[in-house]
Amino acid sequence: MPLLQVENLRTYFHTRNGVVRAVNGVSFAIDKGETLGIVGESGSGKSVAGYSLLGLIPQPPGRIESGRAMFDGVDLLSCPRHALQKIRGKRISMIFQDPMTSLNPYLRIEDQLIEPLLIHDRIDRSVAMEMAMQMLKQVGIQDAATRIQCYPHEFSGGMRQRVMIAMALITRPDLLIADEPTTALDVTVQAQILELIKKMQNDLGMAVILISHDLGVVSGFCDRVLVMYAGRIMESAATDDLFYRPLHPYNQALQKSRPALQSKGAELYTIRGLPPDLSKPIAGCAFAPRCEHANDGCSLNEPELQELEPRHHTSCVRVQKGDLKLK
Amino acid sequence: MSEAFLQLRNLKTHFPVERGLVFRRRVGTVKAVDGVSLAMAKGEILGLVGESGCGKSTLGRTVLHLVPPTEGVVVLAGRNLTQLGRDELREARADFQMIFQDPYASLNPRMTVFDALTEAMLAHRTIPAPELPARVSALLERVGLSPRCLKKYPHEFSGGQRQRIAIARALAVEPKLIIADEPVSALDVSIQSQIINLLFRLSREMGLTMIFISHDLSVVKHISDRIAVMYLGKIVELGSAADVVERPLHPYTKALVSAVPLPDPRRERQRQRVILPGDPPSPMNPPSGCPFHPRCPQSIEKCSQVVPAFETFRSNHEAACIRLKEIN
Repeated sequence: MPLLQVENLRTYFHTRNGVVRAVNGVSFAIDKGETLGIVGESGSGKSVAGYSLLGLIPQPPGRIESGRAMFDGVDLLSCPRHALQKIRGKRISMIFQDPMTSLNPYLRIEDQLIEPLLIHDRIDRSVAMEMAMQMLKQVGIQDAATRIQCYPHEFSGGMRQRVMIAMALITRPDLLIADEPTTALDVTVQAQILELIKKMQNDLGMAVILISHDLGVVSGFCDRVLVMYAGRIMESAATDDLFYRPLHPYNQALQKSRPALQSKGAELYTIRGLPPDLSKPIAGCAFAPRCEHANDGCSLNEPELQELEPRHHTSCVRVQKGDLKLK
Repeated sequence: MSEAFLQLRNLKTHFPVERGLVFRRRVGTVKAVDGVSLAMAKGEILGLVGESGCGKSTLGRTVLHLVPPTEGVVVLAGRNLTQLGRDELREARADFQMIFQDPYASLNPRMTVFDALTEAMLAHRTIPAPELPARVSALLERVGLSPRCLKKYPHEFSGGQRQRIAIARALAVEPKLIIADEPVSALDVSIQSQIINLLFRLSREMGLTMIFISHDLSVVKHISDRIAVMYLGKIVELGSAADVVERPLHPYTKALVSAVPLPDPRRERQRQRVILPGDPPSPMNPPSGCPFHPRCPQSIEKCSQVVPAFETFRSNHEAACIRLKEIN
């Protein structure tokens, strides 16, 4: 049985300009200890999907319209508030993109670090402090005993993200949701932080959902990857399959449009047009208007994710029917 | 290189750090740009890479004199910009333009596209009013926008389209030098490639000289002829784009190249990553000797004492490291 099974998740935002279908029927599962990547451009719904699982969507304007997210026999989407609070921060933790704004500037690092322990475990403050110190050392903060008394502004961006990680992992969760954990950081610091998350994952045996816009980051980090576009999953596969045998034109186009370190000078491949406006209903495949392989049939019926090869799903109708072979 | 189109000689930009409301006193200096010398040929695209806070944006602004240099000289097409007075500098600005990172902030929300573009034109050139619409339309077409956009306001465009407008505005005065400061960082991957292609095509068609500032090495490698790597206000390596990325000399460049995540799982698994310890130090209080030595995996004692000079390793490829010959 998977650790977390999400079925048909729909999160809509009811705004003045209409209903924005941010997540529109997303299903996936993650096993114990597995690393799952969710990639997509801004507005693809990848973060909203993560936030929805932990009840972090502001309601209103947001609303979970449908779906189930089974975690150890509990449906995260419909369970009562107190049940979710027992899981959130204890068994499922989250790291956010911006370490500059996600720590409380008025509180010392120590108070923020032990907060989850005091809430969930009812332990003594001195014991919690001991664990917090241990955790800070584990995430590579030198001189933890003095640094723990600092305020967030005394730390650099990379150090703050280390503190965020320590905070998320101090309760030894089964699942970590990392929402663009390195996007605000420099590349050399990004490499440090990814290495750290990997190391902590091995130490604690937890599962990780890594949400990112960067195909490069997921390629080295994840076992399996979902590609999202306009609130839907376009393709999902083991990492190697996703990169070397794409079964959806969007996935292929996204990879081709990245300037790689090895090629030079030639005209870059571009995806024509713009992502769709999610406040208007989309007929058929959301990518069809930008897809170079699309035909009239693509805009007729809403495509469904289908397992074409073992553990390799695509929502492209033409690939499913076999009348389109990519590459 | 006396025939160089753009020349920077020992350029320095220092910002005073002051404390106190009534009795302001100077408590330190941020050496954002600290002794940069460079020469660029006409039509060349130079990529400027480095981490945040390394001074790459300040260098770009200093070249255009948006920030006055503390020391040093900028010579553009034989004219020494540093010596110009205010009015002369204003006139000279027609020759160089800037494209900024955030197209949401760099366009005035109350000006239509037509107003924004004509403002730039009229500030520097005298163009008879009846000619304006035709010129602006031609400009829009050049950057891949429909002339029907003329009467629209910035909020009606997406990020990629706004960046196209910002590019058109920079081109409106027919500049010779363009400084593009992270022009694609705020854009999505699928839009980035459109803008990169556009900038590359325009620079070749119009013979523009361009400094392309970015933290993303793969983007810079794609568009640039040469790459300069900056660390803590200094250029530490300079060479052809292929050399710098494929055969980096300086330990910092090596770490930078190895840290770029590749969208290729097999290569990701195989590659040896150089993980640098710590964060870049504060430019207010830079380390002695080589600014990189506290994080450098190859540093020796001497590195903290000697400021490394630029050394040529192979033709058109130089770096500032005292162990250059030893470690390569």
